[in-house]
Amino acid sequence: MQRIRVFFSKTEAMRYTGHLDMQRAWERLLRRAGLPTVYSQGFNPRPRIQLAAALPLGFTSETEIVDFWLETQHEIHALEDQLKQVAPPGIAIHQVEEVSEEEQHAPALQSLMQSAEYLITLLQPIPDLPERTASLMAVDHLPRIRRKKKYDLCPLIFALDVLPNDEAGHQRLHMHLSAKESATGRPEEVLDAMGIEPHLARIHRVALHYEQSVG
Amino acid sequence: MTWTPERVQFELEKILPLVQKPGRYTGGELNQVVKTWDAVQTHVAFVFPDVYDLGMSNLGMTVLYDQLNRRPDTWAERVFSPWPDMEAQMRRVGMPLYSLESKHALKDFDIVGFSLPYETLYTNSLNALDLGGIPIFAEQRSPDDPLVIAGGHAVYNPEPIHAFFDAFVLGEGEEVIHEIVEAHQAWKRSGAPRRALLETLACIWGVYVPTFYEPHYHEDGTLAGIERTWGGAPETIQKRVVAKLPPPPKRPLVPYVDITHNRVPIEIMRGCTRGCRFCQAGMVNRPVRERPVEEILEAIEQALHNTGIEEIGLLSLSSSDYTHVLDLVQQATKRFANQHINLSLPSMRIESFSIDLMDELQTSRRGGFTLAPEAATERMRNIINKPVSTEQLLETARAIYSRGWHTIKLYFMIGHPSETLEDVQAIADLVKTVREEGRKIIGGRAKVHAGVSTFVPKPHTPFQWVPCDTLEQIQAKQALLQQEARGKGLKLNWNNPYETMVEAFLSRGDRRLAEVIYRAWQRGAKFDAWHEYFRYDFWMEAFAEAGLDPAFYTHRERNIDEIFPWEHLSTTVRKRFLAQDYMWSQQQKTRIDCRHQCFACGILPTFKDLRIANPGPVWQCPEVRPKERHHVVPMVQVQG
Repeated sequence: MQRIRVFFSKTEAMRYTGHLDMQRAWERLLRRAGLPTVYSQGFNPRPRIQLAAALPLGFTSETEIVDFWLETQHEIHALEDQLKQVAPPGIAIHQVEEVSEEEQHAPALQSLMQSAEYLITLLQPIPDLPERTASLMAVDHLPRIRRKKKYDLCPLIFALDVLPNDEAGHQRLHMHLSAKESATGRPEEVLDAMGIEPHLARIHRVALHYEQSVG
Repeated sequence: MTWTPERVQFELEKILPLVQKPGRYTGGELNQVVKTWDAVQTHVAFVFPDVYDLGMSNLGMTVLYDQLNRRPDTWAERVFSPWPDMEAQMRRVGMPLYSLESKHALKDFDIVGFSLPYETLYTNSLNALDLGGIPIFAEQRSPDDPLVIAGGHAVYNPEPIHAFFDAFVLGEGEEVIHEIVEAHQAWKRSGAPRRALLETLACIWGVYVPTFYEPHYHEDGTLAGIERTWGGAPETIQKRVVAKLPPPPKRPLVPYVDITHNRVPIEIMRGCTRGCRFCQAGMVNRPVRERPVEEILEAIEQALHNTGIEEIGLLSLSSSDYTHVLDLVQQATKRFANQHINLSLPSMRIESFSIDLMDELQTSRRGGFTLAPEAATERMRNIINKPVSTEQLLETARAIYSRGWHTIKLYFMIGHPSETLEDVQAIADLVKTVREEGRKIIGGRAKVHAGVSTFVPKPHTPFQWVPCDTLEQIQAKQALLQQEARGKGLKLNWNNPYETMVEAFLSRGDRRLAEVIYRAWQRGAKFDAWHEYFRYDFWMEAFAEAGLDPAFYTHRERNIDEIFPWEHLSTTVRKRFLAQDYMWSQQQKTRIDCRHQCFACGILPTFKDLRIANPGPVWQCPEVRPKERHHVVPMVQVQG
């Protein structure tokens, strides 16, 4: 059995493909490649495919990671070519690695997640963006309610910066947020706290940070 | 400001986060066909006027998309109806209905082709035209507007929607769609008026141009006759058939979001030889044509290689009647054993062979085993010509329970001709008897799910003369079932009787219903097949405004010699044959599978040249030998 790790981007074409559908997209991709994916035993066998960090609907990302297991050993360069050939629009494969013998049974990536960085592009101008950013970072508490649960957004924000505008003149923000399983900072919550309508922003994940060095 | 693809794309980015399942509206899926807009001569939009989730699993659309996109001079794109939340956003910003591939507005296309498999899509069709910026009434379209056509089972009687379409395709689309595209190209080059295009189309086999026909009515509202308004149009429009099924599409699209059927549909056979009298599909899809096993296996191979989709649906109207079904299933399960896929085989007959097939397919037992006796008494099953004995049904049920299934799903219909409350009571009794058989084998785990729909008489069938049950009759029968088919291990589903009424008047309606449909749509009728949007009151108000009585269409028994609104449209199954079959049904006289005896329904005499050109088992009709003395009318020759 071989544990494979793939680093990839989720691009515009799959922006509205949810986490479960992404899982299925990988299952189909592996079947197109004709690879012997390992399946779970039992009544309803499922392919052993683990996506590192769920990406909310509507976000794109250049830093996705997936692990899957193959029944037989494969040469990594040949495998990379094979995967690239069958990748659908929306999945751009950057790098393919074999997870070492020792790490074979390491916990799922999801449980090792620490933080994530996002690039936000605003589709409508916010003239006082620097002021809003500064005042958000100045407070010690940001009590919010999500799905009827109260929480404090403040400790989940590690960094929030205004970036230079993009070529089309759109304003941009950089966010570094906690992404632990129990304490996830959501970029749309930060935007909302700044008084910016999240649906008028493009949210793009640019980095994932793990407890161990991954990639 | 016009809606360019760029502007559609730009505005979409802002409205998609506000709607449910935005992945329905983006396009860009794997195997989507993209061409350069300006480099293509003819732009065709295929509209499936229901939600993406349903349309994407539609076989007809998959096949025609493949057919047209093989042409370098044509680009066929997909269009689906936006769900009402998306429609509200589109109307808020003024965005037109657009194609998923290039994001062009519907009105920018040369040809807009609607796929209409069921009547409850009529209002959505009007809505799609309106959202797409195309005049709803055909007569209001200018030479710059697209040619608007429709095909599918619901246009075998297109009279209720005649006013909204320039032309209809009667029958199978694979070949005729090319002829329509070529006719359009020639017309465009010629610069002739729009009528010239319609005249050319009217002369193509299988194409019906409604503006060249005009019905006349008697005082009592029935038809006196259908007159041609242009002498060049054919007196009778004959449905189109393809003599041999073209190979299935090699690269079906792969949706990025969950849809209704996550499977690649592969048609293994077209048509059905059983002759169930209620079944329009069985009457209009004759003759039966089978695909060779090797071609199907090759199609599965291609589908897995090009899509990776986890389920292959081997589709036909009656799977167990496909001549080589066991061979197909055995070879397929062997060849694709390591791929972790499901092969599904719907529409199985009530016999133990069906269980053998399901065993071969290694289907999960959890979903239950489906059988469709359609009626619960042998008398009634003879009337509808689905002659299965109750003993055979019970024997099959026992075998199903003893081979690992806990649930049997039984499909019935109420409202068959001459049905009494005793026949309905028999449904409840039969359901309980099947459960008892199950209990003897697996005890209290045995379950029966009964799906009871309501029969709607359809055009071109032996039951086209019969009245549909009234609301009161249906409600009484459903109440009886709800009362009687209760208990542990039993589950009962039924249809909304009001929805049945709408299907009933649309199915056998005449041209006067166009006004009703238009008025119902204006009031807000859409997604009529979705109970959350279904509005019976809109329909009743529309009937009142148009001064028509729905009962005239639903509950009236037709005289045997009545002229039907679809009289000039021929499925080549003769009216004389249907009338005889209707009378046989009243005598509970059945017909056997017509592969064993040809009943001369009309197919072979009409298509004898096609049959001669396609000898052997491709068709399930008897062979026809060419006659040298052609003044002798060749009668059907039955071999063996």
